[in-house]
Amino acid sequence: MEVKVVQNILKVNEKLADENRKLFAAKDVFVIDVMASPGAGKTSTILATVDSLKDDVNIAVIEGDIASKVDAEKIQEHGVEAVQINTGGACHLDGNMIQNALQVLDLDAIDLLIVENVGNLVCPAEFDLGQSMKLVISSVPEGDDKPLKYPVIFTQADALILNKVDMLEATDFSETAFEEGVRRLNPRAPIFKISATKGDGVEAWTEWLRERVDAASK
Amino acid sequence: MHEMSVTQNVMEIVLQQAKEAGATRVKSVKLRFGTLTSIVPDCVAFYFEQMTPGTLAEGAKLDVEMVPLRLKCGQCGEEFEGQDELDVTCPKCGNPFTETLSGREMEVASIDVDT
Ligand SMILES: Nc1nc2c(ncn2[C@@H]2O[C@H](COP(=O)(O)OP(=O)(O)OP(=O)(O)O)[C@@H](O)[C@H]2O)c(=O)[nH]1
Ligand SMILES: [Mg+2]
Ligand SMILES: [Zn+2]
Repeated sequence: MEVKVVQNILKVNEKLADENRKLFAAKDVFVIDVMASPGAGKTSTILATVDSLKDDVNIAVIEGDIASKVDAEKIQEHGVEAVQINTGGACHLDGNMIQNALQVLDLDAIDLLIVENVGNLVCPAEFDLGQSMKLVISSVPEGDDKPLKYPVIFTQADALILNKVDMLEATDFSETAFEEGVRRLNPRAPIFKISATKGDGVEAWTEWLRERVDAASK
Repeated sequence: MHEMSVTQNVMEIVLQQAKEAGATRVKSVKLRFGTLTSIVPDCVAFYFEQMTPGTLAEGAKLDVEMVPLRLKCGQCGEEFEGQDELDVTCPKCGNPFTETLSGREMEVASIDVDT
């Protein structure tokens, strides 16, 4: 006997992500899912964002890594709460891991929750976490062809950061080629060019973000 | 890719559906994956073989249908097939912005069971 099923394989995750989304809305928390390849500068960008906004915005960070808690410790040194999730081999965070991490966070005391996904340009794109926006970071040393090679994640971005612009001179990275690659996939998302460690361009990004966080808490 | 978590979810759906249908055995499972999902069917088949022993789906055959990428032009409305990539301009009017119609599917389509 044939049984028609037609069920989305990721439905279980969608359900959990929807629960998260409702909870975040009820608590007026703005949530960013930060996605990028390993070493693109996710933690550095989060640190720069924290330093720029922490006097005015209550921030907490969820760090997703396959192993270790070094990233969460770095964030804590900057004076905001950070929870480390170790995925134990999984190449992405999912709605359930976020739910577990939320058990130790007081959402009433948070305006902005930044989630650093596992360094990977493929898998995190498939798993909804219940976030308010997706931030994709690409960095100069990775080359300007990343949008061509990993199109799915670039279509999903609500904002893009091109990080490590201090290294433009040392490489043959073409800003035009990168921007054209992005625009073919994603006509609207703003692109912020920054150096997370040196500070260039960070303010334009954090001001844009601040407006969104303020809008969410109204 | 995350074939392992995908296969775990497949197992959950299959066993749940088999139970609801009062099945004694699952003979085959049909999956549909869009070409954009970057799922490797052989890899899912491998995990499936690891996970089925001792369940109703032990020995079940796995069929995977790949769903091609279809796109629609945001300007002139032309619908066309893409080449596993989203970076395509409309063949009719040259507009670079396209909408994805299919190619992102990840679903259990049906199961065949003995009752
Ligand atoms: N020159 C330069 N180096 C940077 C910049 N941002 C980050 N880096 C360096 O790049 C390396 C990786 O940065 P991280 O912020 O740890 O990157 P990540 O994406 O969090 O890495 P994973 O969590 O391991 O995937 C570190 O050595 C940083 O100091 C930048 O703007 N310019
Ligand atoms: Mg990091
Ligand atoms: Zn067209």
